[in-house]
Amino acid sequence: MAEAKLSVSFAGPLVTVQDAGRPGNMRFGVPASGPMDRLSFDAAHAALGNSAGQSVIEISLGGLVLQSNEGDITVAITGGDFVVEHADQKTTSWTILTLRKGERLAIRAGKAGSWAYLAFAGTLKSRNWLGSQATHSTSGFGGGVLQTGQSLVVSDASVRGDRLGEIPRPNFVGGGAIHVVTGPQDQYFAKVALARFTSEAFKVTDAYDRMGMRLNGPTLELDGALSIPSEPIVRGAVQVSGDGIPTVLLADHQTTGGYPKIATVITPDTDRLSQYRAGQTLRFTSISGADAIAESRTFFQEKLRYLEHIAIARGTLEQRLMRENLIHGCVFD
Amino acid sequence: MTPQFTAIADHALLVTFSDEISKEAHASVIALDNAISINPPKGMIEAVPALVNLLVAFDPAETDHVEIELGLRLNLESMIIQDITGVPRSVQVCYEAPFAQDLEAVATATGLSTDAVINAHLDGSFHVLMYGFAPGYAYLSGVPEQIQVPRKAAAVRDVTAGSVIIAGQQCLVTTLTMPTGWSIIGCSPTAILTGDEDHPFLFDVGDSVAFERIDLATFDRLDRDRTHG
Repeated sequence: MAEAKLSVSFAGPLVTVQDAGRPGNMRFGVPASGPMDRLSFDAAHAALGNSAGQSVIEISLGGLVLQSNEGDITVAITGGDFVVEHADQKTTSWTILTLRKGERLAIRAGKAGSWAYLAFAGTLKSRNWLGSQATHSTSGFGGGVLQTGQSLVVSDASVRGDRLGEIPRPNFVGGGAIHVVTGPQDQYFAKVALARFTSEAFKVTDAYDRMGMRLNGPTLELDGALSIPSEPIVRGAVQVSGDGIPTVLLADHQTTGGYPKIATVITPDTDRLSQYRAGQTLRFTSISGADAIAESRTFFQEKLRYLEHIAIARGTLEQRLMRENLIHGCVFD
Repeated sequence: MTPQFTAIADHALLVTFSDEISKEAHASVIALDNAISINPPKGMIEAVPALVNLLVAFDPAETDHVEIELGLRLNLESMIIQDITGVPRSVQVCYEAPFAQDLEAVATATGLSTDAVINAHLDGSFHVLMYGFAPGYAYLSGVPEQIQVPRKAAAVRDVTAGSVIIAGQQCLVTTLTMPTGWSIIGCSPTAILTGDEDHPFLFDVGDSVAFERIDLATFDRLDRDRTHG
């Protein structure tokens, strides 16, 4: 099958190769990594007709410019509201297009969102670490951080004319407060800090990368000085440092640490929050563990329905025109 | 020890044996970790052992906190808590310049000669408590009391991978070039990230570790072999 060769004309900081991640290694200090926004990642593959979980390029606000040097390939771009420039056309993320030899594709920060996903109709060749190509950004292990000037090879590259155009966005994802389950160290916080955590607003700061997102808001005082034994940390943990400032830990989080965690964000909201940008305001709302499971399961069901819907190829332009003509034919005959 | 169960978001359960660090609490963590590696509750993704608690991450589509807690309670009832006896591991250390930036400072702080600091470190009985911070960062307990020093007030940037660093009663061999506030007393050519697919990390939690002194010439030879071999 054909191979597509692309060169990276420009890659901003933190543009990385990601696959579905490498769970199972936290006991060795290795978080799962993988996409910051798992829904957008899955949507890119579904809409392109790929099998789930393959390697993509995760694009930060820094942006990415690629040039095809060899081969034609169809790609999907999802996540946030990024600007996509290709073949003199300007569009936004949630689109599928074919990048032909000699053409340039630029994906840049747009109106909203912090992360976009570029999936290929083919297999992106990349480095493996512990059975996964997901990049652990602090070490660079896995597929790796993209560098301006490097080249990319996609094997089994194909053109999927029946999938071009806009991808319906996941409109089942609501806005509103970020759902957390309180704890596991909420008992170490002053009562007023616990109350403020869910009653006042926080702002995302620019101290935001794949490891975590520092927030600006009311100081979350601890109930007296303390040092807790270092303990396991998960993605979504809201860790509070000694000065009372919260940080939400994300895909490349530390696996253990000694700062107390006031709460933990539930899975779907962790990814929704990841698309926030510096300056955006958010609120937390606390739910029980059982309600967290219920929320999560509802989300997974809706996600599955959505992915199945966008996975259906809409046909080539010709096929679509033909369909329209036939329908018109029925009406007017 | 009667553990406490805490729900973490929609995808994990934390089992805490004690609020304070103790040998008993850590032995319970390791016993439960061993038990569930043989008999994992349905829907479990992974377990993360730490000092006083064990985290069980699970798939919320398949199970929930209540089911995982039941599965863990079954294991807790039948598990046997023993003294921790992991596999003995050996780690080579070169305590010479340019690696041992803080050896003099540790000697000054503890009122010992640099040789006495090195010998005390070599005599230490070390165990792997847990991993954390970064891939392959294994926290070892067992720094002898006479060479225990607190963390520095500020972290030092770009400390070379392989550095052997100490703080309080803990010791660590770094795997990445990273900042650290711990005292750097040497450098090791022993790979903690082994590159072996079947055994990618040198230690398991609970393993015992002995340090072996090597000179700079041996370090250079081993390090070259490792990098270019």
